[in-house]
Amino acid sequence: MSELFVILIGTALVNNFVLVQFLGLCPFMGVSNKLESAVGMSAATTFVLTLASAASYVVYHGLLVPLEVTYLRTISFIVVIAAVVQFTEVMVRYMSPLLHQVLGIFLPLITTNCAVLGVALLSLNRELSFFHTTLYGFGAALGFSLILVLFAALRERLSGADIPKPFQGAAIAMVTASLMSLAFLGFSGLVQL
Amino acid sequence: MLESNALISLLSAIAVLAGLGVSFGALLGFVGERFKVKGNPLVEKIDALLPQTQCGQCGYPGCRPYAEAINEGDAINKCPPGGETTIAELADLLGREPAPLDGEAQAEERVAFIREDECIGCTKCIQACPVDAIIGTAKLMHTVIEDECTGCDLCVAPCPVDCIDMLPRSTPLTQWQPVVNAAAADLIASDRVEEPPHVARL
Repeated sequence: MSELFVILIGTALVNNFVLVQFLGLCPFMGVSNKLESAVGMSAATTFVLTLASAASYVVYHGLLVPLEVTYLRTISFIVVIAAVVQFTEVMVRYMSPLLHQVLGIFLPLITTNCAVLGVALLSLNRELSFFHTTLYGFGAALGFSLILVLFAALRERLSGADIPKPFQGAAIAMVTASLMSLAFLGFSGLVQL
Repeated sequence: MLESNALISLLSAIAVLAGLGVSFGALLGFVGERFKVKGNPLVEKIDALLPQTQCGQCGYPGCRPYAEAINEGDAINKCPPGGETTIAELADLLGREPAPLDGEAQAEERVAFIREDECIGCTKCIQACPVDAIIGTAKLMHTVIEDECTGCDLCVAPCPVDCIDMLPRSTPLTQWQPVVNAAAADLIASDRVEEPPHVARL
């Protein structure tokens, strides 16, 4: 039980994929303008990450290892992720057309979110079991969602602040992101993975 | 021997990738068919909020085209029959800012009013009314049910004797009205002007 907790905390906070490992920065900057779309993006990414890490595990251990073609893991994972993202897009359009419109191009772009591929490959290196891999993906998604929502909330506040002209827009966002990253480094040492 | 090994590994690599592609493709095709979305469901939702008077005051031929235009990004404040309620509901649905009703017009809400002694009972305005707010029958006087009227203007044009006016909606008795001191109100000649038409109606 404590092992599960360690994996969850370890991926969500200590080795946070966005602020500590610097993966998945594209949606982190791109979809964090509005809190609402950030929440939608977080939900979609959580779904994709969890499902993709489980599916990658199945493909790797069920197909690539028996056929001795493990060197194909990167490209097969990309295929898996692309399929899961397409599946998510169909489901989002079916369940919430408004969210589909708000997320727009960023929904298919989850495919190129390197955090998704990163999670699949990193969990492979750790030689985790199927359940732990899924949990690892879920923890990573949780960390990603936390950061995205926090950052979107910060940026919404910042949009109303009186910022000196040279710092407006992307510049202040970068400064904010780096400060958040510093804060998250404070978690290192909390859990040894 | 080495060559046949290499051939087998090459073939298995091709088989794995092709198999993955085909099976995921089939799965996605099935899911796409199963959860197919007919038309644009957002347009349906917007259309359901519009009053369906088909009055055309928004500049589109009806409520459905306006719903499609809203979906494309048109303003949500062009529907006088819907009024503030519809704007608020649309803003809520689409996550946009509610804006005051568009138009030269609509500083105050207006409703149709038939000057009853001039009405000839032609029923043309009854046929034009999209919300059945006009009562009356052939060769008898018609009148507008004020609570039902949406102020859409459509009855004004068909009237052959031009006896329909668009007047401000009268304040219901349940609503607070400023008290005018009657004694002070007509001290001087200019106070004793004609009553405004909506007071005469009451």
